[in-house]
Amino acid sequence: MGELAAFTILSALMLVPAVIVVTSRNIVRSALSLVPTFLGVTGFYIMLHAEYVAGIQVLIYAGAITVLILFVIMLTEGGSGTMVRQVTGQVPLGAMAAIWLAFLILVTLSRTTWPVARGELPSYSVQAIGTAFLTNYVLIFEVTSLVLLISLVGAIVIARREE
Amino acid sequence: MAWLLEILKAAALAVLIFTFLAVVGAMYGVYLERKISGWIQARIGPKHVGPYGLLQTVADTVKLLQKEHITPRRADALIFNTAPLIVAVAALLDWVVIPFGTGFGRVLVVRDINIGVLYFAAMASITVIGILAAGWASNNKYALLGGLRSASQMISYEIPLALGILWVAMIAGTLSTVGIVEAQRGGWFLFKVPPLGLLAAVLFLAAATAEVNRVPFDLPEAESELVAGYFAEYTGMRFALFQLGEYGEMFGMAALASVLFLGGWLEPNLPVWVWAALGVAALATAAYVRFSALRTVYLLRPITALAVLGAVLCGVMILGAVLGRSPVLPSLIWFFAKMFALVFFLMWMRWTYPRLRLDQLLNLSWKVLLPAGLLNLLLTGFLLTVAR
Amino acid sequence: MPKVVVDWLYVGVFAAVGIVLTVIPLVVVWLLAPRLSLPQKQLTYESGVIPFGQAWAQFNVRYYLFALIFVVFDVEVIYLYPWAVVFRDLGAFAFYEMLVFLLILFVGLIYAWRKGALEWV
Repeated sequence: MGELAAFTILSALMLVPAVIVVTSRNIVRSALSLVPTFLGVTGFYIMLHAEYVAGIQVLIYAGAITVLILFVIMLTEGGSGTMVRQVTGQVPLGAMAAIWLAFLILVTLSRTTWPVARGELPSYSVQAIGTAFLTNYVLIFEVTSLVLLISLVGAIVIARREE
Repeated sequence: MAWLLEILKAAALAVLIFTFLAVVGAMYGVYLERKISGWIQARIGPKHVGPYGLLQTVADTVKLLQKEHITPRRADALIFNTAPLIVAVAALLDWVVIPFGTGFGRVLVVRDINIGVLYFAAMASITVIGILAAGWASNNKYALLGGLRSASQMISYEIPLALGILWVAMIAGTLSTVGIVEAQRGGWFLFKVPPLGLLAAVLFLAAATAEVNRVPFDLPEAESELVAGYFAEYTGMRFALFQLGEYGEMFGMAALASVLFLGGWLEPNLPVWVWAALGVAALATAAYVRFSALRTVYLLRPITALAVLGAVLCGVMILGAVLGRSPVLPSLIWFFAKMFALVFFLMWMRWTYPRLRLDQLLNLSWKVLLPAGLLNLLLTGFLLTVAR
Repeated sequence: MPKVVVDWLYVGVFAAVGIVLTVIPLVVVWLLAPRLSLPQKQLTYESGVIPFGQAWAQFNVRYYLFALIFVVFDVEVIYLYPWAVVFRDLGAFAFYEMLVFLLILFVGLIYAWRKGALEWV
């Protein structure tokens, strides 16, 4: 019961700002509405007892990615942020497609019998995660560093070319 | 209905901590800042409102409550009004993991979150969004510039901050603040692995000062440079909320530094002769200032007051050691003493150093502190595993 | 309720109560303060001069570069946190793994440094 209430509150916290992100005419307002969405995701991680992932979600998404997005917005077209409305004649068509897709998903979800696993949630503590990527998943861990290096170099190359 | 009880407890604690922050952090902190800056500049600071000027900030707050809210034209009103809330609430949320001491058989902390220090770093990064929002929403090119510069500075110093915290996490083996303090029963982390502990502490303090936008890192909000930067357009109480956020964050950083490096609420485990020597040194310094030519340069009353306080503390510690009490003083006193000592140190730095230029500031972070922090981590890791 | 959930429930309540408590003084101001709307008051502040031009100019790419390098190093830091907590129990090889990881990212830092991405001017 409490879980359902928490789930509803978190979903509202996530979905309403998400709608604002997509529909707002003020681009800075839509970027700032990402923050409650990310915080809602943090809440979901907590409900799954994944504490470390929740912490880094706040740190990286709400702290770093949002700042990056805001910087980018303020760089392009001066971030005047006003009245950038995408005027397309396709809004009714798009709305119909979205509603139809939502209906399909809901029907499929309610008709499937989901197999329920027994037992405890695996441990998502910091110790467990650390041990995992230092013992079982070492290769993935090292490859991640290469991915980070590539993204860093690539972004610098592209950004420097603009100058 | 266990969750309802927890929510009520949490709300009560939130009100308590907020009051503590507003009174001790913002009001008392601003008063301390003005007094200490006065002493350093050989003047007295506020003295008229209340005994020793203690009610000065109360008067200021009452004044600010009556100031008009001016929203500049074409400023985005919604974001303009929410930005100070973000900064103030982020500073409040920082305090959930700070342990104040032990009492009633348990540790006095709001919640000992398992990822305590990571959570603290995350809250510090949320402040950046509030500052960016404030700078942009003011519709003022100086505010926007100040906001962007301040955000660049704050994000550049978050990595050295994290590296300082990581060093402590390496030694303690846990991310929980209570765990870190408990791990310092055998000695403060400042003195562990001799030069590296000090390096990590310096890294953390430098980064913390930059995170709170204090001198020598306060270019984005310097009064003489960018007209108070990102909060140029904020009047009255909203300006006060920004200050609440900044001072609350500063106290939070000082509290975390004392938890990480100075042993939190633990009493220093020094032999009696060290306390005696410290007490004698304090009194000797005060006597020297009083009876030499320096008495025309420095303000005597605060120096003698501080020295006498130090001597009394040492006396109490000696008495306690003789009587065999352990610990001698309650843990709350130690926590606050360490926190205020660090706050004093931060304020002292503010009125001593000139401010760094923005490019010097960023160079310091990326080219000096970041490599130093990483090397620190690697050296410590090496010493703790391979060299065993 | 497991400790994790209670911990962060406290955080959520703190945030909510914090928002309420910071709004209260603003409400007090709304009640107490005068509200005289003059056009001069609405002007943006520019050291006493009437401001001209748009408030936003084209800003340099260096802000973006700093934010980007920050994101990459922040992700590196989130790998360092679990390592810092467990590396002692795992022995020397955990240290060497992290050494490799940090060296690769150090190469990235040197690259950024040499390419001038860390310069402000």
